[in-house]
Amino acid sequence: MVETIRGTVVDRSPLSFSKKRIRLRQVWEGFVKTGLFLAAFSSVLVTVGIVGVLVYESLQFFKEVRIVDFLTDTQWTPLFSDAHYGILPLICGTMVTTFVAVLVAVPVGTVTAIYLSEYAPHRLREFVKPVLELLSAVPTVVYGYFALLFVTPLLQKVLPELPGFNMLSAGLVMGVMIIPYVSSLSEDAMRAVPMHIREGSYAMGATRLQTALRVVMPSAFSGMSAAYVLAFSRAIGETMVVAIAAGMQPNFTLNPMEPASTITAYIVQVSLGDLPHGSVGYQTIFAAGLTLLIITLAFNILGHFLRKRFREVY
Amino acid sequence: MRDIKKIIASHKRKDALFAVLGFMALMVGLLTLLALMLDLAVDGVARLKPHFFTSFPSRFADQAGILSAWVGTCLVMFVTAATALPLGVAAGVYLEEYAPKNKLTTLIEINITNLAGVPSIVFGLMALGLFVYKFRLGQSVATAGLTLALLVLPIVITATRESIRAIPQSIREAAIALGATKWQTIVHHILPYSTGGILTGVIISLSRAIGESAPLITIGALTFIAFLPDSPVKAELPFVSFAWLKSPFTVMPIQMFNWVSRPQAEFHLNAAAAGLVLLVMTLAMNGVAIYIRHRFRKRIKW
Repeated sequence: MVETIRGTVVDRSPLSFSKKRIRLRQVWEGFVKTGLFLAAFSSVLVTVGIVGVLVYESLQFFKEVRIVDFLTDTQWTPLFSDAHYGILPLICGTMVTTFVAVLVAVPVGTVTAIYLSEYAPHRLREFVKPVLELLSAVPTVVYGYFALLFVTPLLQKVLPELPGFNMLSAGLVMGVMIIPYVSSLSEDAMRAVPMHIREGSYAMGATRLQTALRVVMPSAFSGMSAAYVLAFSRAIGETMVVAIAAGMQPNFTLNPMEPASTITAYIVQVSLGDLPHGSVGYQTIFAAGLTLLIITLAFNILGHFLRKRFREVY
Repeated sequence: MRDIKKIIASHKRKDALFAVLGFMALMVGLLTLLALMLDLAVDGVARLKPHFFTSFPSRFADQAGILSAWVGTCLVMFVTAATALPLGVAAGVYLEEYAPKNKLTTLIEINITNLAGVPSIVFGLMALGLFVYKFRLGQSVATAGLTLALLVLPIVITATRESIRAIPQSIREAAIALGATKWQTIVHHILPYSTGGILTGVIISLSRAIGESAPLITIGALTFIAFLPDSPVKAELPFVSFAWLKSPFTVMPIQMFNWVSRPQAEFHLNAAAAGLVLLVMTLAMNGVAIYIRHRFRKRIKW
């Protein structure tokens, strides 16, 4: 197909590309690659945005309020005329609700995971796992409704002096909500333990329970602890359930039977009103948000560390 | 000999006992889910009449409806999907097919894992400081959609990566051996084969976004809206309008939150009805996602 026109060689074969076309293709490929990279890199920009906004607004806040007062004052009344800016009551509320939730989710989730991984027949497991995961798909505001108007009245039948808003019912419902985080991840960790280790245990005459508790669980510890930490961090960051069912007054108490506000509930409360942009009241939610971010980040790093540190290698 | 038999019997008893305990633990979750649905259905079903879907919120509980809420939810979800889908898929493709093994890639990967663990309300604070006040997008549908898109981005990226990773290397080698460029390989082979997984991830992430209220309350979504945003379709040229992007909005979960937090019991019935609609929407989306995953897993066998 190569012919000569007035002394220059021209290639007319359909399979060969002109240099120009190849060049064009390379440019396009490079262009695509850059575009895709920017998309991936945008997630880093989101993090920079989050940290930047929180730190910037918090710095404005700490110009008005001493950081020592913020961390040690036991009253949180930023919207009163006698304003106190102590984050402790909010942290306290967050910790109490989280603790109640984890107290539900960790035992129930772990036992469920052991049951699904070591006991349940294959078909039951395949059916139950997605259904159980629906628990974490239900909108949190629906859980809030459930806690306030179903669980609290139910608890009041047993504990008549329980107030309408309380941390107990919010924590309990939140606990059920995070069961799938514990059970799914723990079960994955247990199923990753090789079969021959179980078979060794059975061959020694151990029952399923003994095998699960003494052989499988220690081997799956890294994955299970990561699941627990994830559940913790979910419960700390959960907003709507506590905002609806636990009341919104900051209350420096460790008693789950009392109403209290959490860090997240406070942010919701302020956002519902309209504080002017730039006021100290407006900046408090960023300081509270920064505190929340630091706490959850600490938990996430702990989870990452646990997963790495205790990973069993077969 | 007696003792051994006794020990064995006791071990077997404990084993059986634990099987019962495990089943009960499983039931805690399942029965709560059931109780939640029944509770909402019993309280809310009386309110689910046609005018509930076609009325604006009102001071009178029995006349109030969710028109502005479900329209708002649809618009916000549209913005979320239109942002999170291209961005998430592009990021996932980059990380699986292009990314070199270096510090920058590791940084991006760790960052995505961390973003998935950030509480949703913190995304709302970021959006309040950045989108609402810095970029001057206002407390609008656009701000809400972008905020939720960033919130669910890690889910879309992870789903994309997982379904791309499941494609055997031989497919890529075959395409490249025929002279395809990397991008041609991706467009003609990688993306079509991973559509099922990506679609599942997108639906799951939208079902998460549809129920989110905390970040939207933070950016200042209103709880009482008695008008609709501008229609996206116009009778005259150019037929489409984007004025709705700048419109104030409310969404289903926020409307429900507003009704729950009122002291009157009649409004709680509205909240239950709204919750029921919301629950049916999320469960349906999850159902579709499970179905798609099942369907595609069956169809493609390597």
